[in-house]
Amino acid sequence: MTAAPGLVETARARPIEALGRWARRNAWSIGLLGFFVVLLVFTKLIQPKYGVTGVQGLAISVLPLALAAVGQAIVVISGGIDLSIGSMMALTNVVSAALMLDRSEELSVIVVVGVLVLGLLLGAVNGALVVITRVPDIVVTLAMAFVWAGAALLVLKTPGGGSADWLKELVLGPLGSEWIPKAAVVLVLVVALIWLPVRRSRVGLSLYAIGSNQLAAFRSGVPVGRTKILAYSLMGLFAALAGLSLTANTGIGNPLSGSYTLQSVAAVVLGGVSLAGGRGGVLGPVVAVLILALLRTDMTFLNLNPNFATSAQGIILIGVVMVGTLFQIRRGRA
Amino acid sequence: MMEAAQSEGTGRRWMTAAAWRSLFRDRPIIPLLGLLGVLMIVSNLVRPGIVTSQWMGVIVRGAVPLAILAGCQTLAMLTGGIDLSVGAVASMSGFVVATFVHSPGGWPAGIVVALFAALVAGLVTGIGVGVFRVHPLIMTLGMSFVVLGLANVWQLIKVQAGGGVPPELRWLGSAQFAEIVPYSLLVFVPLALLILLILRRTGYGRMLYAIGDNPVAARLSGTRGWQVLLVLYVMSAMFAAIAGFLLTGLTNVASVTLADSTVLPSVAAAVIGGTSIMGGRGGYTGTMVGAIILMVISSLLSSLGYPEAVRQVLFGSIIVAVAAAYTRVTSDT
Repeated sequence: MTAAPGLVETARARPIEALGRWARRNAWSIGLLGFFVVLLVFTKLIQPKYGVTGVQGLAISVLPLALAAVGQAIVVISGGIDLSIGSMMALTNVVSAALMLDRSEELSVIVVVGVLVLGLLLGAVNGALVVITRVPDIVVTLAMAFVWAGAALLVLKTPGGGSADWLKELVLGPLGSEWIPKAAVVLVLVVALIWLPVRRSRVGLSLYAIGSNQLAAFRSGVPVGRTKILAYSLMGLFAALAGLSLTANTGIGNPLSGSYTLQSVAAVVLGGVSLAGGRGGVLGPVVAVLILALLRTDMTFLNLNPNFATSAQGIILIGVVMVGTLFQIRRGRA
Repeated sequence: MMEAAQSEGTGRRWMTAAAWRSLFRDRPIIPLLGLLGVLMIVSNLVRPGIVTSQWMGVIVRGAVPLAILAGCQTLAMLTGGIDLSVGAVASMSGFVVATFVHSPGGWPAGIVVALFAALVAGLVTGIGVGVFRVHPLIMTLGMSFVVLGLANVWQLIKVQAGGGVPPELRWLGSAQFAEIVPYSLLVFVPLALLILLILRRTGYGRMLYAIGDNPVAARLSGTRGWQVLLVLYVMSAMFAAIAGFLLTGLTNVASVTLADSTVLPSVAAAVIGGTSIMGGRGGYTGTMVGAIILMVISSLLSSLGYPEAVRQVLFGSIIVAVAAAYTRVTSDT
């Protein structure tokens, strides 16, 4: 299963056929989207008061994890995995919060740009270490998780710092219609501006190629090492974006912020990205994050013990992957 | 004549690079023990007189739970898998025992219940990985969510009853014979011997290596992969529960997230010990030394007075460096 190189030409030639092919290719994501809509309706049914505030709250609370899931998806597609993404988010979060405290709005723009560059570099370090040492990705990034988390603690020992007002306003509240949260717009824009150009380019094809079959990609002239480092750098960029969104959401930096690493892996897998690499996209993981967050909300509406939400997430993760694997096994036999 | 004499001469003079390389590859325990020795010498240099038998006792006591959890990882990694649920299972087990202190049956009943819960968790994981062929990373990650959530529910149910770490467990986890030899070795030594025996002397152990080395070849030569994996993950969960008991006793804390922070070090200990995460290569001896090395490193860093942050950074860097050295030495080029 490799990405079809002729996709762009056929899209121009026969739009409807191409649309059908796109739908088939993204069947999983579309199914998830359908499930998300059903879940929204269900939420409205059990809690008639769920409305604008609920949607706004959902959008802003999922933003960090959604961005992290996009980053993780890129690395997993290229055949790797990054277990340090949570620590990277913590590091970029505290760096941005520490530097933005009591600074002018103009200076904070420079800080934001600097933090994004920092994210790129952190990712590039991970990627370079994977390529140079030839140690499995999971081991390198596991060890780097300690390094980045330690660095975050060096920057800020306890939660603190601040956020520029424009950064907070960038994600808080509605845009135009009250039903369109700014956070959702930011997410769509960021992904569209960064991932889509990459996906469409030669580099994007290389990403899928090395994830699908590294040896075959190498023999067809794909610069495997460089592409891998690029995948990790993109992941770092998204981790920095996620860290900045944490700063914007909470207004402070927290060196011990959350367990985003494993959550992002779960979202990526639920989103239809194969851990073996080479398959999937970034839409599925984002929708998976939305679904998991909404399920949690629903459980509180249903007066269920919220602790069951954690278990439910695990059961959903296992169940979905089991079903998916069964389908794959059956298809393999047919 | 001349050539023969010359090659004999070089052979006698010193081992060649290739010989070193093969020594490292075939007997990773030797360089590991060397590293451990160097670390101990460094510890003694920066804090003269620190390396005493008491110090070693404390190191071993701390390393025991980690070494058991790393044993779970070693077994899983030999088949090309990983077990991320050991942290949740270990915490849950220790916690369950603590909640049973004031119940009828006391802590022994708690141990039985905890072991049973771990058995169920391991069984489900094993069925998922073995029968449904779910990627072990996902399966154990999902299982850790399930176990954590259920443990939280259990906590809410049991919150009125109260609880505490039973003194027997505290003794087993933290007391030391003559202030030196930790009593947790009473549990650890049989367990370690069992793991070593399984890996070295049984057909089951060979199958673990075979599945990790080449799953297709293992299947074609008649190994029932799903049975091997099922037993593996059940065993791993049981060992994790035992580690949880000892950890609860050692720290005198019962919490549903107690062992979460030891999951990544347990993988690190197995990796440092020379077990390949790709499967098929490694063993438990190295893992045990790896666990002790990790303990010595963190003791060294804290005796140097570095803050937690610096410790974490160095810890991570050392893991990368050791893993890279391994890959360099053992790669077949």
